[in-house]
Amino acid sequence: MSVKSAPATPYTARDYKSDVKPVWCPGCGDYTVLSSISKALAELALPPEDVAIISGIGCSSRIPAYLNTYGFHGVHGRSLALATGLKLSRPDLTVLVTGGDGDGFSIGGNHFLHACRRNVDMTYIVMDNRVYGMTKGQPSPTTEPDWDSALSPGGTGLRPFNPLVIALASGANFIARGFSGDPNGTAKLITEAIQAPGFSFVEVLSPCVTFRPDQRDWKKIVRPSPVDPTEDIGRAARRLMTDDGFNLGVLYTGKREPFRLAEHHGESDMTGLEQQFVI
Amino acid sequence: MVDSRKYENSVSIAITGSGGAGVITAGTMLLKAAAKAGWYGLFTRSSGPQIRGGEAAAMVRLDRQPVAAPGENFDILIAIDWHNIERFAVELPLNQHSLVIADPSQGDVPDVIADSGARILEIPLKELAKKIKKGRQNMIALGVLRALIGLNEDIVDQVMVHLLAKREESALIASRDAVVLGGQAVEHAGLAMAQQEVPADGSDRWLISGNEAAGLGALRGGIRFVAAYPITPATELLEWMAPNLKKVGGALVQAEDELASINMIIGASYGGIPALTATSGPGLALMTESFGLAVASEVPIVVVDVMRGGPSTGIPTKSEQSDLNIALFGLHGDAPHLVVAPNSVSDCVFTTQWAVSLAEATQTPTIVLSDQLLGQAKAIIDPPADLAFVTKRATSATVDESFRRYALSGSGVSSMSIPGTAGGQYTADGLEHDESGLPSSQVKDHVAQLDKRADKLDGFDFGDHWATIEGDSPLAIISWGSTTATVREALARLEKQGRHFKLIAPRLLAPARPLEMAAALEGVERAISIELSHSAQFYRYLKGYFEISCPVQSYHRPGPLPFRTNELCEVIMNWSAS
Repeated sequence: MSVKSAPATPYTARDYKSDVKPVWCPGCGDYTVLSSISKALAELALPPEDVAIISGIGCSSRIPAYLNTYGFHGVHGRSLALATGLKLSRPDLTVLVTGGDGDGFSIGGNHFLHACRRNVDMTYIVMDNRVYGMTKGQPSPTTEPDWDSALSPGGTGLRPFNPLVIALASGANFIARGFSGDPNGTAKLITEAIQAPGFSFVEVLSPCVTFRPDQRDWKKIVRPSPVDPTEDIGRAARRLMTDDGFNLGVLYTGKREPFRLAEHHGESDMTGLEQQFVI
Repeated sequence: MVDSRKYENSVSIAITGSGGAGVITAGTMLLKAAAKAGWYGLFTRSSGPQIRGGEAAAMVRLDRQPVAAPGENFDILIAIDWHNIERFAVELPLNQHSLVIADPSQGDVPDVIADSGARILEIPLKELAKKIKKGRQNMIALGVLRALIGLNEDIVDQVMVHLLAKREESALIASRDAVVLGGQAVEHAGLAMAQQEVPADGSDRWLISGNEAAGLGALRGGIRFVAAYPITPATELLEWMAPNLKKVGGALVQAEDELASINMIIGASYGGIPALTATSGPGLALMTESFGLAVASEVPIVVVDVMRGGPSTGIPTKSEQSDLNIALFGLHGDAPHLVVAPNSVSDCVFTTQWAVSLAEATQTPTIVLSDQLLGQAKAIIDPPADLAFVTKRATSATVDESFRRYALSGSGVSSMSIPGTAGGQYTADGLEHDESGLPSSQVKDHVAQLDKRADKLDGFDFGDHWATIEGDSPLAIISWGSTTATVREALARLEKQGRHFKLIAPRLLAPARPLEMAAALEGVERAISIELSHSAQFYRYLKGYFEISCPVQSYHRPGPLPFRTNELCEVIMNWSAS
């Protein structure tokens, strides 16, 4: 699904931004992800009042307040569950979930599995910087095993979690990887993710220049995926299992029907319902 | 000597047997037939730890007056077999006036039963069942009970026709024959009671469980979204909601855990759809962090906690009132919220409906403390009135530039913009925030928003619903939840002996209503609080948060056995005489 520039949309990216100044450090990758999200919303011409951005806790989870849409900045790790309740009861809304690797894959890991599996029509954007930034530098599930920190001196010794493989295995319908240093490319991925039915997962490599200054080098490593997106889950699995985590683009698009609850039919007669109790 | 006429106005019956014996089926049929014959009643069950099958006891209490508490001494125990009876013996008190129906093919009557001094009547249930093609002992037992209490034959037949409608016809024929044979056995023993007249009134009564009643109350209150994670003994509430929500245009989703279920309902309610979940102690513990999120972000939700024995996994299938502390005090920070408790199966309808109304009107999360005893009991009740509450959630259909989601107002309640409302965009947040919802760690915002959230409840007019208050006396009993049903029965019995007491049973547990309690205690010289908790949680709450100028004693003990009327009569008599 390609996104063409212009037919003029009534909105610009600016219309989606609030006046609130982010708490992020200068140079944080999340600034451009914020811009990419507003660009995508403008591209799709979604009225801000019909969009809800849901998040948990962490640097990137601060995003809802920086946008002029509806938002919910909830507790740590539960954003996908809150978004699921909202989207299932209000299917008319466009629901996005934003957060980081600790929020999504550690404390929120179970909800990640089940959100992929449930395949509700929403878009999950994880700004992966392989570190807990808000608590000042602890390893997350995607951190390299030998990364040294005060909490895990000498490294955790644990193999990093591969979120894209897990998303695929759990049933996500759209899987992509972006890089915050490429805001236009990321905006395009997010646009496609929102348009794709079902649960869309976009991992955005978003460097933490404060606690992971080594990630400044990511811009030299990332590259567009050398192959086109696939609808073949086996092929996608092989690609995702064997790539080095720096291939960018749409990596898998599935054809699963999104999960919906039965449509609301308005009030029915409570008296009729209560007849079941009459002896 | 057993005099069957004494069953005319009230009777307590227990049916026991091992897995597959069908005691629950027999008990259910008996209750339904009794309901149609004009009785009020209460059905409770006890079962072993097995997932399916295993020994079980069906306990049916029938009365000509409405009943809300389980029976105490059983008038009739009918044992299809004696498998693991020692597990139930303590739950099935018998005395010399009781009648025990035993099948001689199942061996001697165990000492735990025989020692009660009850009269033993031998009826060969198994042998009689064998006389019928596809005959079953539980249906023989139903026939025995029908004849003993003089239940109308045609009504029992109607119930069998209804309940066996989906089975092949031979099952109905076998059941009919079995009921006839069971009845004949009672006639041969000279214990059959003449079939009682079926009164013309009473046909509008309901047969409903506490869990179903809470579900119905939720629907009456306007709940249209439920997120569910199964847990004993709350699962039936959720399972009842699944199909019934659909009938009123709502829906239920099964969550991956309780952390998800509470966040799902917060999400739905944020979207403008009144939402609820139900759980028990372990699930409530998992939900507390996000319950606090609903307090801070002012999103109305309702959580029904069907309490069971704790702590930890505790005793999942038995009742206790020991989640009071976590419901009142389980949240971190200063987090005003609502806790309400129904005090009978019938009151589960009203209190849950009220809970939805309170949550929506005050934009505050609300806990309903039901328990296993109420939730899993089935009762024959008069149809509970639908009190349509007028106060709805304050929302803004149109919003101008001055809109602030958490604006400070006199009552503390501010208008909520529902997603889709242009110009009403805001970010709901667990972070402390200013009036517009933006994160703030400033003193003035923190104090203003803490005050706002407290004011919503402090200034709310809860009306007379805050407590059930009955009788007048300088001696008062204070109780809450399911215990109140048994206290009521005890007080009714003592009343007949010319002893008067006042009952005060708060339905609203949080926020505490010290002034209303003080008013209720006017003229009271002494009080006793009664609860099913090892550490006297309710008593300590009363002492700490209410203005009680008279001396208060506590009678408390843990579950899993519910209070019995005679136990409480004795407690109250000893206390009042001291």
